[in-house]
This record gives sequence, structure tokens and C-alpha cells, in this order.
Amino acid sequence: MMLVNSTPESLLTKSVPIVVAGAIFGTVYGQVNGLVILGFSAGAFVSLLLTLFYAGVLKQKFLSHVINIALFGTFGLLSSSLHSAIFYVILSIAFVWFIFWVTEAKYRANLLPYLSSSQVAWHYLFRLICGAIFLFLITPILVVLPLSFNAQDFFTFTPEMLRFEPEGYSLKHYRDFLGLRVDSNGEWLRAFQNSLIIAPLATLISVTFGTLAAIGLSQSHVPMRRAIMAILISPMIVPLIISATGMFFFYSDMGNFLEETVGINKNAVGYIKVVLAHAVLGIPFVIITVTATLVGFDRSLTRASANLGANSITTFFRVQMPLILPGVISGGLFAFITSFDEVVVVMFIGSAGQKTLPWQMFLGLREQISPTILAVATILVVLSIALLSTVELLRRRSERLRGMSPS
Amino acid sequence: MNLSKFLVTTTALTLSAGIASSQDMTIVSWGGAYSKSQLKAYHEPYSEKTGVNIINDDSSAEAVAKLRAMNEANNVTWDVVDVVAADAMRLCDEGLALEIDHDTQLAPAPDGTSASEDFGELIVSDCFIPQIVYSTTFGYRTDLVGDTAPTSVCAVFDLENYPGKRSLEKRPINNMEWALLCDGVAKDEVYNVLETSEGQDRALAKLDTIKDSVVWWSAGADTPQLLADGEVIMGSTYNGRLFSVIEEQKQPVAMLWDAQVFDLDGWIIPAGLSAERQKRALDYIYFATDTQRLADQAKYISYGPARASSAPLVGKHADLGIDMAPHMPTDPNNAKNTFLYNYEFWADYRDDIDAKFQAWLAQ
Repeated sequence: MMLVNSTPESLLTKSVPIVVAGAIFGTVYGQVNGLVILGFSAGAFVSLLLTLFYAGVLKQKFLSHVINIALFGTFGLLSSSLHSAIFYVILSIAFVWFIFWVTEAKYRANLLPYLSSSQVAWHYLFRLICGAIFLFLITPILVVLPLSFNAQDFFTFTPEMLRFEPEGYSLKHYRDFLGLRVDSNGEWLRAFQNSLIIAPLATLISVTFGTLAAIGLSQSHVPMRRAIMAILISPMIVPLIISATGMFFFYSDMGNFLEETVGINKNAVGYIKVVLAHAVLGIPFVIITVTATLVGFDRSLTRASANLGANSITTFFRVQMPLILPGVISGGLFAFITSFDEVVVVMFIGSAGQKTLPWQMFLGLREQISPTILAVATILVVLSIALLSTVELLRRRSERLRGMSPS
Repeated sequence: MNLSKFLVTTTALTLSAGIASSQDMTIVSWGGAYSKSQLKAYHEPYSEKTGVNIINDDSSAEAVAKLRAMNEANNVTWDVVDVVAADAMRLCDEGLALEIDHDTQLAPAPDGTSASEDFGELIVSDCFIPQIVYSTTFGYRTDLVGDTAPTSVCAVFDLENYPGKRSLEKRPINNMEWALLCDGVAKDEVYNVLETSEGQDRALAKLDTIKDSVVWWSAGADTPQLLADGEVIMGSTYNGRLFSVIEEQKQPVAMLWDAQVFDLDGWIIPAGLSAERQKRALDYIYFATDTQRLADQAKYISYGPARASSAPLVGKHADLGIDMAPHMPTDPNNAKNTFLYNYEFWADYRDDIDAKFQAWLAQ
């Protein structure tokens, strides 16, 4: 406790991080309002003053909070509106907490006592960097969610939304997606339906061929394994727009053949073309994941199985398949997402009858900037979280049933 | 019910759905409110009358490139395509669009006037069937431009009285004309000046005075979004988009009709369709471009019908119930000072001026 006992000099030293934080906040705030230098100096000055007052004179946490909330809240109310007052109250709580956290040296409480001050600084800086990266990754997704409930047809946080008034929010973009609005034409549902037809079929084909290719390529006696592997993986490496151009001409000829010679209906040919093209894009993912799991596969098991009288097909389905199943499934998931997310190839190969969800989203963005896209994005985010959680829960359940502890 | 059963069912459904609808017709258009107006005014009544199932493809923006590729691959999947007049001329020159005899293949006006007379000079190409007249013009935020609302297009170049960002299309067309007009060039001299290298430099120099305050747009939806956000105080876009912002979205935005540039939009039929598909496409065109149908479209969007005989039939907006005539770019009150997109000039000079403009942008 001797350390905490603060003389005015050491309090000044201790207030340095607070002043820096205040200056940074002031600069950012000033930048928004076009007053950078004023924001910088006011931020630094106010935080220094308040630190000296609360930690040096008042020395009482609760009272400091009360005074500061009153101070900041009034400023927020006067400067703009109620919602900014709420923001300032939250800011105030964080600010006063930070003052006492620094000046009372609370930041050392949970750390090893022998750490040097630079190690302590790194400890918190590291967490700050991690938090910033996390924020960087998640913010674009989170911003979309409230905007999808916008009552207006723009990508804008309206004043009503910021004041949390019910008029600012509506479900109209969800109704548009579901085709329930008077002025909606069912395009979105049709696109969603197309995606749900194309992606599973493409996945099925990629998983089948990809797994077979991976097993074949893992045999040591196959000639030119590396060259074959390189060719099969090339759709993943070649820029998509190049593959798409090539595929356009290839599948046009194939489509003409199927329509004119075989006599399949135009619309069905459209689906076949897109499914095959997406399967080609998905195969590399399956090959890579299955090849990776095959590395850990014990070859003597197939010999043991053959020794017990099983033919190679039985061996594959009863012995090899269950062991490489995790790789097959994750490859299949990748293939599914590739097809479900794909916009370039389908625009080249598909005609309007095969319009998928990403294509429709692309069109909506280019021509309308309609928030229906945000509603769809929200639905997709929720769906994929549900899908991944289900897969993970099922995995844990099967591990539990097999007597393993979930990892 | 397991996965494989589900897949078999969906596949079967897809295939049978495909076989059932051999009466499909793919119509290509621009998407958004514009496609919706065509759906209501043309597609729905036509499907009801004939049983043809119409599929909408919102690909008009890349129609020229896609038609070229389709033609090369000998696999044209489109039946009727909505394009701007300049694209129609290009497609016609390249032999990618079908030549039309406007008098025999289109409906005459109710009073018996022939179609070519009814459309008049709007038939700018043998392949082109005019549909609407639209304009590229400015909208401004009524709450952000100060006390004196702008009445002239030169407000765009007046940073002193109207400080703030403005949005302009990222291409020289229209911007060069407006720049010269506001630099003191007389309106009928604009293209004579713009022909010369000095004239082009003069227009760019005028644009240079506001370059730092310009947000460049490339999609028609950009300016409405920027205006709604208050990110720009004024911006150019198609007049129908601004109508939607003002009347449907109730944003504090007003029109600045001064020096609006008229342009045409209409149909073409791709060349090389099978006889059966071509017949169906022509039948659709005959139906969708008659006098009543063109007037009907103006109930859903504020673009002027291309037939002279349609103008008196323009009524009220289908949902809002307001009179549509004052919102037409062709209304006498709005059309006091207008340009008509100069197809010949831009066909000759577009590549040169485009290169100059892009170089200037990148400086």
C-alpha cells in the first residue's frame, strides 16, 4: 500500500496515460467536428484537470463518479440530444474507472508481482491489439444487423434510429425478401431457391469426385501425381474471371449440344451448366482437405481388411471412409460455401432463370442500394451461425458417445 | 426423410419445372424501380393475355458486352433487351440487333397515325424501338443549400454560395457540357467548342475548380443514397431516381431541372433468334409499345412516354395518387432549358474525351 500513497509529483507522472488517452479521444472527436487542435488540447487539459481533482483532492470513487456523470451528462444534453447524453454517461463511467485504475495501480492486481513495468505495459498493449483485431473483424458484420431494420430505403442510420424510436425501425425489408410486400416481386425468394438447388448438387458432385481423386492421388504408384494434382487444383489458383471466361465458351457449346442433340429443356440445361461449373470450383477444396486427412491414415488397415476377406469397395465404405470422414465433411462445407457465395461464374454461365442469391445481391447493390440486401445478409449470418453451431454440437455429441472428451 | 431423398426430390422438381415452361421469354432490363414499372405496365398484362412466362434479367448495364459474347458462343439466351439509344445504335451497327420496320411491326396510334410518325425523331436507329424519355439532372438537399435555393445548373460550380460536396457521374458526358455552359459558352455553341482540344481543356479547367468537392458516382442509386445521407448537398442522377427520393422516400430533396439532358431508352431484339422466338419477341414488342401501355408505365415511374399520342393519357401515380404530368422531364415547366444527348457527337469524340477525362481524374 506504500506504493499507492501518492504525492503530487507521482500523481502527475501517473496521470500521463490518462492525459494521452484524453488527447487521443479529443483528437478523434475534434476530427469529426473539424477542430483537431482544439480537440487535442481540450482533451488533454480536461483529463489532466479531472485526474488531479478526483485522484488528488477528492480521493473518493463513488463521489467522483456522481460528479463526473453530472458533468458529462449535462455537457451531452447541452451539446446535442438525449442519446448523446447517454453516450456521455457511459463515457464518464469508463473515464473515472480508468482514472482510479491507473492512479491506484489496480492494473498490477492480477499480474505476477515481479513483472517490470514494460512487461506490464506489453501485457495490456497485447490485449488491446487483440481486441482491436477482433473489433476490426466483427464490426462490418455487426453494423449490418441494425441497418436491416431501417424504416427507410437507404443504408443510413436515421435520426429516429439513433434516438431508438420505434418509427425508425421496421421489418419491411424482411417482408420484401419473403415476397410479402405489395411492391416485391418474389425475385429474392426465387434466387434463394436457386441457390438451395444449385449449392447442394454442386457439393455432392465435388465431394464424390474430390474424395475419389484424393484417394487415387495418395497412392504412391500413380504416375505424374504432382502434375495431375496441379491441374485439379488449378480452378482455385487461376483468377476466377479467367476461369469464368473459359467456362462461358465451353459450357455454351455443351449447352447447345444438350439442347439440340439430346433435347433437354433450356432451363434444365442452365441448371446443369451452373451445377457442373460450381462443382469444378469446389473440387480443389475437397481434394486438399481429404489429402490432408489421408496423411494420417494407416495403410495397413486396408491390408488387414483385405486379409479378412473384404473387397475394396467394402473396405472403402467400412474402414477408410469413416476414418477420413472429418476431412470429407469439411471439404464438403467449403465446396458448399464456394457455390453458395459464388457470383462471377454464375453471371457468366447462368441465364436469368438460374439467378442465385449472391447474383441478386450484386444486382441489388449496383442498381438500387436496397436494404433488402442487409435483411438477406442478416438472415444468412444467423443461418450460418446456426449451421456451424449444429455441426459443432453434433461433433461433440458423437465424441461424447464414443467416450472421448470434447476438445 | 433423408438428404439423398431430398436431393432427388428437388432435382426432379427442378427438371419438371424446366420442362413445363417452354413458353419462357427472357426480358433484359435495368432492375430496380424501372423493372418494376415494366413488370406492372407490360409484363403482367402480357402474361395474362398470352400465358407466356416472362423472366426478368437485370443485365442491361452490360448488354453490349454480353450480347457480343453470346453471339460469339452462338447461344443467345435473351429475347428482348432494354438498352439506351447509344447502345442500340452500337448493337445495330455490329449486326447484333434485329432491324425493325417500325410501321408494319409496331401498333399505330389510336387515331391511325403510323408508329414512325408517332415516335417521330426519337427513332434514332433502325433496330431501336423507343420506350421512354428520361433525363439526367440535379437534385439538391433543401435543408443544406442555405436560404436561396439553386435555380441554375451553374450552382454546381458555385462553391462560394453553395459550399459542400456534390456528386457527378464518373464520365465526361453531360459534365463537359454543363462545365462549358457555366463557363460562359452559349448553349448552341457548346458542341462546337467541345470539338476542339482547347474547348475540352476549358471544360476540364472549369471542372477542376470543383474537383476537390466532387464525389464521383457510377451507379444510378449512388446519388440518392448520398443525398439521403446528407453526404452531398446536390448531385446528378436520373430524374426517376430523384422522384423516388422526393415523393416515395420523403427526403428533403428538390429537383433542379435546369439544363437537364434528355436521353432515350427502348427495346431491341437480338439478331439470330430462332423463327419461333423472334415471332414471340415481336408480338411482345407490338403489345408493350402501343399508346396505352406506354402511358401506363408513367403510373409507376416518372419517365416520359416516347409516343406523342401517349402524353395526354398520363394519369396519376398508382400508389401515391399524385399527378404524374408535373414530374415528367418533358413537362413544359421542367423543360425550359434542356439538352438532348448528342449521339453523333459522342459517337465520334467519346474515346478521345474519355481518355482525357480519365487522365484528368487521376491527376
